[in-house]
Amino acid sequence: MSALAYTVTDSATMLRRNLKHQLRYPSVTVMLVAMPIVFLLLFVYVFGGQLGAGLGTHHAVHGDRTAYITYVVPGILILTVASAALGTALSVATDMTEGIIDRFRTMAIARGAVLTGHILGSLIQTVIGLAIVLGLALAIGYRPTAGPLGWLGAFGVLVLFSLALISLSAALGLAAKSVETASNTPMFLTLLPLLSSGFVPTSTMPGGLRQFAEYQPYTPVTQTVRGLLTGTPTGTHVIAAIAWSLGITAVSYLWAVRLYNRRRAADPK
Amino acid sequence: MITGSTTAAIVARGVGKSFGEHRVLDQVDLSVAEGTIFSLLGPNGAGKTTMVRILSTLIPADAGEIRVAGHDVRADAAGVRAAIGVTGQFSAVDNLLTGAENLRLMADLRHLGRRAGSRRVTELLERFDLSEAADKALATYSGGMRRRLDLAMTLVGNPRLIFLDEPTTGLDPRSRRTMWRIIDELIADGVTIFLTTQYLDEADRLADRIAVLDDGRIVAEGTPAELKRRIPGGHVSLQFSDPLELQRAAALLDVAPPQNGKLALQVPGDGTLASLRELLEQLDDASVEVEDLSIHTPDLDDVFFAVTGRSNVQPTSEEVLVR
Repeated sequence: MSALAYTVTDSATMLRRNLKHQLRYPSVTVMLVAMPIVFLLLFVYVFGGQLGAGLGTHHAVHGDRTAYITYVVPGILILTVASAALGTALSVATDMTEGIIDRFRTMAIARGAVLTGHILGSLIQTVIGLAIVLGLALAIGYRPTAGPLGWLGAFGVLVLFSLALISLSAALGLAAKSVETASNTPMFLTLLPLLSSGFVPTSTMPGGLRQFAEYQPYTPVTQTVRGLLTGTPTGTHVIAAIAWSLGITAVSYLWAVRLYNRRRAADPK
Repeated sequence: MITGSTTAAIVARGVGKSFGEHRVLDQVDLSVAEGTIFSLLGPNGAGKTTMVRILSTLIPADAGEIRVAGHDVRADAAGVRAAIGVTGQFSAVDNLLTGAENLRLMADLRHLGRRAGSRRVTELLERFDLSEAADKALATYSGGMRRRLDLAMTLVGNPRLIFLDEPTTGLDPRSRRTMWRIIDELIADGVTIFLTTQYLDEADRLADRIAVLDDGRIVAEGTPAELKRRIPGGHVSLQFSDPLELQRAAALLDVAPPQNGKLALQVPGDGTLASLRELLEQLDDASVEVEDLSIHTPDLDDVFFAVTGRSNVQPTSEEVLVR
């Protein structure tokens, strides 16, 4: 087999390992999906009527709350991606405390396979989380207008952005000195959706915050998904969303690989 | 011409390693012949684990030339890794998988293929007496089972050179004997073993050659018999109930009385019947009251004492167990 074939085989082996972990201990997955679900219900049923009225887009047949569901679900989907990414830092950091990692390092395993396994495992976890959250959103009245291409595009953008956040979280997990730190440092990933166009239009925000919200990566990603699913204008957001996702993924992945390789130089004894 | 020389599985010259200011290994030379078992013996903190980590490509040495299984550890780490198996001091199993899944994982990473992999997994489960627990979560495994699984995982790819870093530390006597039996079997198969231990009896029992590592330096090397031969003989330990009797005996036998206030005297001697009889007659003639007597034949503990100038801080494995 060629080096590339070994890389694929070993990464698949590591992916299977991570999926087994997730299946055996589903509590983490449940916890990570619960967060966006709570936010969805909270924002639709508690704040939704008021926020929907503020959007100023409702028509006679639809209530304010329905208008707000249409607005907020893309934001909730992005929040789902961010929440699931938290799990990556945790699983990577936990794994690094296990003796088996040292075993892997004494074996002729394709470079990067351990990390790739973690990242792809988290990606699958994220997609499952997205399906659950979207299912619930549809059940409570979310009505996207997208055709097959729109759905495909939205899925593609969400996957790309997931890869970005997961890679970043993996690097943060490797950089953390302890599992506790690893569960805290990526927390900001789940706060940023609130400071984007995810929950309210950025135009309603005060100066300074508004500029931050408009230029941080969550907004173009949210606007792109929103546009693809419900037909709002996307403009240059699509390009920005893809550029941000690819950029964050590349930088984070290289950083993560560096951290993973450097760890071997540190001898605990 | 046919020579009896064997190829070396490990050759290390001038290995040095420091962590910050702390020098862990200093000019370590060693050579392990193929098909033999080599034991690196030393107390905690001597640098044994660091040596294993360097030889198994986990960490780089600061200095020295090292070839493992014919590959340079620096230039061809992948070649080394493909040839070796490592069972570290700390359990290197995946705690979230079952025993069978752990072995399967190793089979996949060794690219054994589905059919051969399954066969190897079943075979190892049987050999290591883990068939019944194969599909159970590792949380239910005892320390001994975990250690056996650990070693089984190391053997999945049939490595010809195995590193065992303190494989029996913390095991109960039965598990220890099982581990020793497995090591014997590996040796019978012609596998080369690099074993570290802090237990003198274990090195004595298993190793073809022993190197004593103390504070990062090899202070003695040889076969167990050669090392023991360095010690002229054992001693007879005399116990007294009365300090005065001890003083008299010390004067009579011309032995220095103990400095630590203990009521025991160590008289050099090899413990043969003749020497013993002579000793007892001497004491009898002077009517010295001896409470108890024990014969101490030379063991690796004495070797350790002789080469390091201090007693081995680690008790033997059996002593640990009775605690």
